[in-house]
Order: sequence, then C-alpha cells, then structure tokens
Amino acid sequence: MPLAKRIIPCLDVTNGRVVKGVNFVGLRDAGDPVEIAKKYDDQGADELTFLDITASSDNRDLILHVIEAVASQVFIPLTVGGGVRQVADVRRLLNAGADKVSINTTAVTNPEIVEAAASKFGSQAIVVAIDAKAVDDSNTRWEIFTHGGRKPTGLDAVEWACRMQQLGAGEILLTSMDRDGTKIGFNLPLTRAVSDAVDIPVIASGGVGNLQHLVDGVTRGHADAVLAASIFHFGEYTVRQAKEAMQAAGIEVRL
Amino acid sequence: MTQKIAIVDYGMGNLHSVTKAFELVADGRAEIALTADPAVVAAADKVVFPGQGAMPDCMLHLNESGLKAAVLEAAEEKPFFGICVGAQLLFERSEEGPTDSLGVFKGNVVRFPADKMVGADGHKLKVPHMGWNEMFIKHSHPLWNGIADGERFYFVHSYHFAPTEAIAVVESAYPYRFAAAVARDNIFAIQCHPEKSHRAGLQLLQNFVNWDGKA
Repeated sequence: MPLAKRIIPCLDVTNGRVVKGVNFVGLRDAGDPVEIAKKYDDQGADELTFLDITASSDNRDLILHVIEAVASQVFIPLTVGGGVRQVADVRRLLNAGADKVSINTTAVTNPEIVEAAASKFGSQAIVVAIDAKAVDDSNTRWEIFTHGGRKPTGLDAVEWACRMQQLGAGEILLTSMDRDGTKIGFNLPLTRAVSDAVDIPVIASGGVGNLQHLVDGVTRGHADAVLAASIFHFGEYTVRQAKEAMQAAGIEVRL
Repeated sequence: MTQKIAIVDYGMGNLHSVTKAFELVADGRAEIALTADPAVVAAADKVVFPGQGAMPDCMLHLNESGLKAAVLEAAEEKPFFGICVGAQLLFERSEEGPTDSLGVFKGNVVRFPADKMVGADGHKLKVPHMGWNEMFIKHSHPLWNGIADGERFYFVHSYHFAPTEAIAVVESAYPYRFAAAVARDNIFAIQCHPEKSHRAGLQLLQNFVNWDGKA
C-alpha cells in the first residue's frame, strides 16, 4: 500500500520551551522549539505535534508565537494540542499556522466542541486526543483519563473513539497512560482495538523506547502513525533511523 | 516589474503556510499578496486559489465574499493554481453537498467509497486519506519540472475529483488510481498540499512562480 505510515516527533512545550518528563512529571528542558522542529524536518519527520503543557493561563499565548515561528520555516503538517477549551482556541491555533488542533479534556467535558470545530474548520483539522489506562491486568478494557492523566472519567476508550469519529474528528491521537514515559513500548492491544474500531487514522503514542516499538505499533497495533518524543529529543535515534527500521520491517515509509 | 501573485482569501481556513511558502520560494522575485479584495485579484499576474474544510461552506463563502467573479475571470486568462478544496471547486458538483461549484473543469468531486477502502494486505484503509502518498506523472507539465516520478506529497482529504475530460497530469493511488493534479492551458490544480510537502512541494510552488502559464 503506497500511503506511508507516518512518524511524528512530539514536542511538549511550556512557556515557549520544549521539555520532556516521565509520566507527565519531572520535566527537563530539551531546547528551543524552532530549532528542534527544523532538526526533525531535516531528518524527514512526516509531521510534528506540539503539546502545550503551560500551566499558567498568563503564558498561553506563547504557544501561538511558537507555532507562527515554526510554520514560517518548516513546511510539513503541524498539530497543536493542550489547553484547547473553545472553538475560538481552535481558530487561534489554526490562524497561527497549525494544520490540525488536538482536543483532549474538553472533548470529554463538552463533546459538542468536536462537532462545532469539525463543522467550522473541517474534520481534517480536528484531532481528538485520548489518554487511556487499562482498567485491570487483563489489558482488554481501557478507561479514559483527563487533566493530564489525573482524572478518571469512567468512559470506555474504544467506544469513545467511535463517538468522536461520529462527531467529526478526523484523527485520533491515542496515548496509553500506563506506558507513557516508560520506554517499554506501545500498549498494542489498546492501539489495535481502537484502530480497528474506527475508520479514521489513529496515531499511537506512549511508551516508545526503541525502534522495534515503532514497528510494532504499525504491524501489531495497526496504527496509521506513530508518535514519540524522548527517543528523538535526547539523540538516541534520528527520525531517519526510525524510518529505515520501519522500511526494513516491510512498512511503507517516506524516505 | 516584479510580478504580483494574489492568494485568494475568502475566509476558509489558515493561509499562513501557503503565504509563507510562496514568500520563501519567490525570494523577492514576486510580490505575494494574501487578499480578500477582488480588485487585487484582478490586478494580479497570477492567482492562487486555496481552500480548506467542507466544499459547500467554501462555495458559500466564495459567493458571499464577492470574489467569485474575480476568481472565474482569473481562471480564464492568468496562470492559476488551485489547491485542495480550491481545486475541487473548479469542478461541477461535489458529493459533499448540493451546491454547484465553479464548473471550470468537467467532472464531479466524489467521496472515497467505503466498499473500496481495503489495502493490498486486507487491512481497511482509513478516510480521510491522510499522509504522504506517491505522485505518478501521467502527462509531463512544466509545474512538475524537477519533481521525481513517485515523489511523495502530503494529502488530507475524504473527497477527490473525478474529471470526465482528459486533464489529469499526476495520479496517486488509494487504493485505486485517482487524479491528484489536473491541468488545462493556464490552470493547474492539485488535491494535496504542496505548502506542507517539504522540498518537493516547495519545488512545485517555485515552478508556479516561474511559470508563463503555458502547458
């Protein structure tokens, strides 16, 4: 199949800087967003995702400047998420140069925002981010958490993904909370269950520690795209190496 | 005199990237104007017609903006570049809604049919068709100069045009072959996003800046 599976480096941004932590805590400075975006672009990244984790609402507009600066120099698709609460937030991010906006907590508290944003800007611009955790050791059912993984919702991840598709989401960014930051690989049963249940693309996220994990996300998790942060930020692997590993495993990639 | 390229802004989506990309490749050899003013479109040497979102909304905005006549006039005579929904609007109708579009090209815009969305490996293919796909040259065209056969461009769409006249110049496949770019005389229109397609996409935009409008 000629459509390439995508590799998407993720940049967590706070106060205009890229940071990386483990399980959403213990953040370390990882550099300037524009420089890092350009580096990944040069390495052949298929898209970039920016997650704004700025805690203070005073500094929320900094992400707009980051996106404007990156979009003026990097000509690949950009997704931005974090703190999106209203349709006006979606508009601001798109106008700053984002191609897609990812909605997470607000999609749970107010699902109508997904429908409103998709009808206004098109499904192609609306990603719903789902943070899910296994409800028990069998790893066969997963519950959605919001507020950066702190708050359980009682919602089933697979059912929720289908509902978001119905409301107009164009893509699902699926993060396994059990795996995020652990470097032991994606939660493959979760990824496969969601990807097989919906007709829109699914990006697997959370837990990548080596290149085989990226391969597994596609071949065993049925993901359409794979997202990783730390393996790229700290120079363990380049995006190019990741693509070569995927190609060697028989996966269609853009090289 | 520096040539003027107008990017038509009829209120549909983010034109930041398309503007920045044209500014980069023009490198001072063309004046890039993002404009909602029909007079600026009329005075431009070349016209870029983008579009995002749902086709019926785009057509509605185009009608209400007062830019439709200027766009149609430009498509008659000037080097004209349609992108994504801007390209789709050049056809007659779309399955996305009951609105008539511009009818510059013969054919309609159709949705990827659910019953055909199965890959060679038996897995279902997702819609929207989102990501980097190969572009196969069907007929050589000056705007494709320096772009290799099989080069990948970034797509994100659920509908594609199905021309009923022989205007396809580049095809892609998902899973069946479809027209990814069409051209006739002074018009070139593409389904994917050259402004998001890295070096090959920028090459295409640069070729448009250099183009004399002759196929």
